[in-house]
Amino acid sequence: MEYVIEMLNITKEFPGIKANDNVTLQVNKGEIHALLGENGAGKSTLMSILFGLYQPDKGVIKVNGNEVQIKNPNDANDLGIGMVHQHFKLVHNFTVAENIILGREETEKGLLKLNEAVEKIKNLSEKYQLRIDPNAYISDISVGMQQRVEILKMLFRDSDILIFDEPTAVLTPQEIEELMKIMKELVNEGKSIILITHKLNEIKKVADRCSVLRKGKYIGTVDVKDVSMEQMAEMMVGRKINFTVDKEKANPGKVIFSVKNLNLLSPDLNRFLLKDISFDVKKGEILCVAGIEGNGQSELVKAITGLIPHKSGKFYLNDQDITDKNIRNKTLAGIGHIPEDRHKYGLVLDYNLAENLIIQTYFSDELQSKGFLKFRSIYKHAKDLINRFDIRSGKGPYTKARSMSGGNQQKAIIAREIDREPDLLIAVQPTRGLDVGAIEYIHKELIKHRDSGKAVLLVSLELDEVMNLSDRIIVMYEGEIVADLDPDKTNENELGLYMAGSKRTTVRVKRGEIDE
Amino acid sequence: MNKPKLILFGELTDKKVNVMSSFFAIFAGLLFGLIIMIITNANESFQAFFTILFGPIGGLKSIGKVLFYSTPIILTGLSVGFAFKTGLFNIGASGQLIVGAFVAVYIGVRWTFLGPSQWIVATLCAGLAGAFWASIPGILKAYRNVNEVVATIMMNYIGIYLVTYLVKLTIYQSGRNESQRVNIDAVIPSFGLENIFGPRSVNGGFFLAIIAVIIIYIILEKTTFGYELKAVGFNRDASKYAGINEKRSIILSMIISGFLAGLAGAVIYLVGTGKAIEVKDILPAEGFDGIPVALIGLSNPIGVFFAGIFMGYIREGGFLMQRFGFKTEIIDIIIASIIYFSALVIIFKEFILKAYKNKLDKKISRGDNNG
Repeated sequence: MEYVIEMLNITKEFPGIKANDNVTLQVNKGEIHALLGENGAGKSTLMSILFGLYQPDKGVIKVNGNEVQIKNPNDANDLGIGMVHQHFKLVHNFTVAENIILGREETEKGLLKLNEAVEKIKNLSEKYQLRIDPNAYISDISVGMQQRVEILKMLFRDSDILIFDEPTAVLTPQEIEELMKIMKELVNEGKSIILITHKLNEIKKVADRCSVLRKGKYIGTVDVKDVSMEQMAEMMVGRKINFTVDKEKANPGKVIFSVKNLNLLSPDLNRFLLKDISFDVKKGEILCVAGIEGNGQSELVKAITGLIPHKSGKFYLNDQDITDKNIRNKTLAGIGHIPEDRHKYGLVLDYNLAENLIIQTYFSDELQSKGFLKFRSIYKHAKDLINRFDIRSGKGPYTKARSMSGGNQQKAIIAREIDREPDLLIAVQPTRGLDVGAIEYIHKELIKHRDSGKAVLLVSLELDEVMNLSDRIIVMYEGEIVADLDPDKTNENELGLYMAGSKRTTVRVKRGEIDE
Repeated sequence: MNKPKLILFGELTDKKVNVMSSFFAIFAGLLFGLIIMIITNANESFQAFFTILFGPIGGLKSIGKVLFYSTPIILTGLSVGFAFKTGLFNIGASGQLIVGAFVAVYIGVRWTFLGPSQWIVATLCAGLAGAFWASIPGILKAYRNVNEVVATIMMNYIGIYLVTYLVKLTIYQSGRNESQRVNIDAVIPSFGLENIFGPRSVNGGFFLAIIAVIIIYIILEKTTFGYELKAVGFNRDASKYAGINEKRSIILSMIISGFLAGLAGAVIYLVGTGKAIEVKDILPAEGFDGIPVALIGLSNPIGVFFAGIFMGYIREGGFLMQRFGFKTEIIDIIIASIIYFSALVIIFKEFILKAYKNKLDKKISRGDNNG
């Protein structure tokens, strides 16, 4: 059997790291081939090589059996290779059709010929049941639809080999289901798909074969139906992984933190980003804020921590009004924050690990005297945390944060926040982009924090995480809380409906209520 | 140690790469200068090149001149470099310098009642004036997010015209179209340097520059204040997240930066050589020279110190080149090209890392990675 894509013995090096080390990928015609690996395993590099963004140092690429040179994305397009990027590349104030023809505009006497394109898009949309209106504006359609526009873009260019880069990251469970149907449809029509992901259940559901990369090296290719998720995880990480989160039943105590009537307007003042948000978090409880990205979760956390100012609403920590405190005083009052974007907020990448571990405490008496830093204490503190939280890096406390792996950067932030023993730990997507090993570790730490009698407010987009970790779930949709659920009495499906806004309960969390 | 090593460089640390790239940059700059010399005056180009390389260490007088030229440039380099550490690009050192210079000269001319402490007061007030001048773009940046590059450039022009106006208004010497000479008590003493290098040469200002280098080094590397400033410089969002008052840091950083530039103004004009503020509406070059000095010195106070000396050195070397019939303009072009090249430190840094990596690979592939 002939392969549509063969990447043989690909090696690609960047300064200081071998991103791909003798990697081989062979994709059959008409299959969905998953490319599985942890972050930094080299998946993106390999696909960037196939898409012409990088040139390999060594190795051969064959398309339909012919050896080819792919120097840029245009070459890739000409060979019938198309890519749906994780972050869509669409012009928001253009229509679907305008976006699709972008770069391939047909003109007549200098004027744009749109009608034929619209017709072709309509046909394609029907053929693959994408249900896309070519004349709709991108800004008016949902994220799931936008992704379909990206898919249509490839079909419009007659691509036969479609690369999907983490396509489900931004979708609701229902949208994921539909995407999978579409992918299967595409394969039935003779297309071949490469699916980049680290989500094992999706591979299990949709892929035919799966190639695994680990630390830039090719581990192997398996038939998905022959292996279990645990086996694939082991191939990906190199050790056994426990999928279920072990935790005791929560034993919530008194209310530690409450938000009352929080409202937040968008910067242009014409809509509410947060609308009348009120909830309590209790001691010894993990409260999870579920929702699809962009429904106000980020703003909620930023308002609580003080990163963005808000006009109306109150925050109480241990019955003390902390609404008007500045960020530092909120931190000192007992709020820990594992931020959503660890590079933007969580770390000073050009500081070393030790310096990053003291970023909220450098002014304390243990770490300075009379304005001079006590370096001995700083490095002792760092070594202590490195040991306790198993943070791995090249030069220990002296490692620049920039040169650490994503998982260890996140471990460093978690170590720093948990070490301060905050009464309320706010963790925003703490496992985003991390591999299963690191996820397992972070989940354990969050549960440990809960079990030590503190509260955790977890914001997560991952349904598995929400279901596994939380003791209570609130769902946010368009800046409002639309549900307050018990994870034992709900399921992913119901959660998905709330998240998509197609179902809501009029929950009003009673305020100031103390369970005892 | 299991880490691979190169015999030539030893283990490659960040510091070593930085120092090496600065040296390579300077070397390339010098080569380029030589090419221009060959083009403009082939016959004597090599002699001239020799002079620019070794002329300044030919005698105490020349060495004194080198240090004299270096003093204000070290201070402005420090000014630019310090702001840069906080993530601010202070292009306004020239304006801060000239404002400081005016205050220094004004006090130096008028406040004779101060007696022997006149130079101290004049110098400090020059620093404060520079600090004030820099604080305005700092405040605009912190509270209104006005780009400090634009704001400091504008402040340069406001500064130079204001100073011209004020000189004419207060301490004008119309016959020479410049400010009056400062009082003898306002001249920065030489602290014995005169006995070594001769008169009209390096003076106590050089010690001032050294003290500034040391203080800035300590602030940046040893204090919580420096920790805050650098954190804001590296990542303003993360600093905010951590509860650091990033607005305050930005303003204070500009104030200190401006103070240093203001000091440079005092150092230039509080000398016994009859230097006065000319009414020409031209921004002082020492302020702009601070930018390449900060770049070559990689914003590190000690690096800036040596980069400043280097600038003084080639300036004196250029001066000595005149004897080979090079026009002063050509000399300025040569000096400028050397500086221009030297400022490309970053490129050389990448180059070194690449070269090092290649060598390392060969070693590893030979299997002897235990060296």
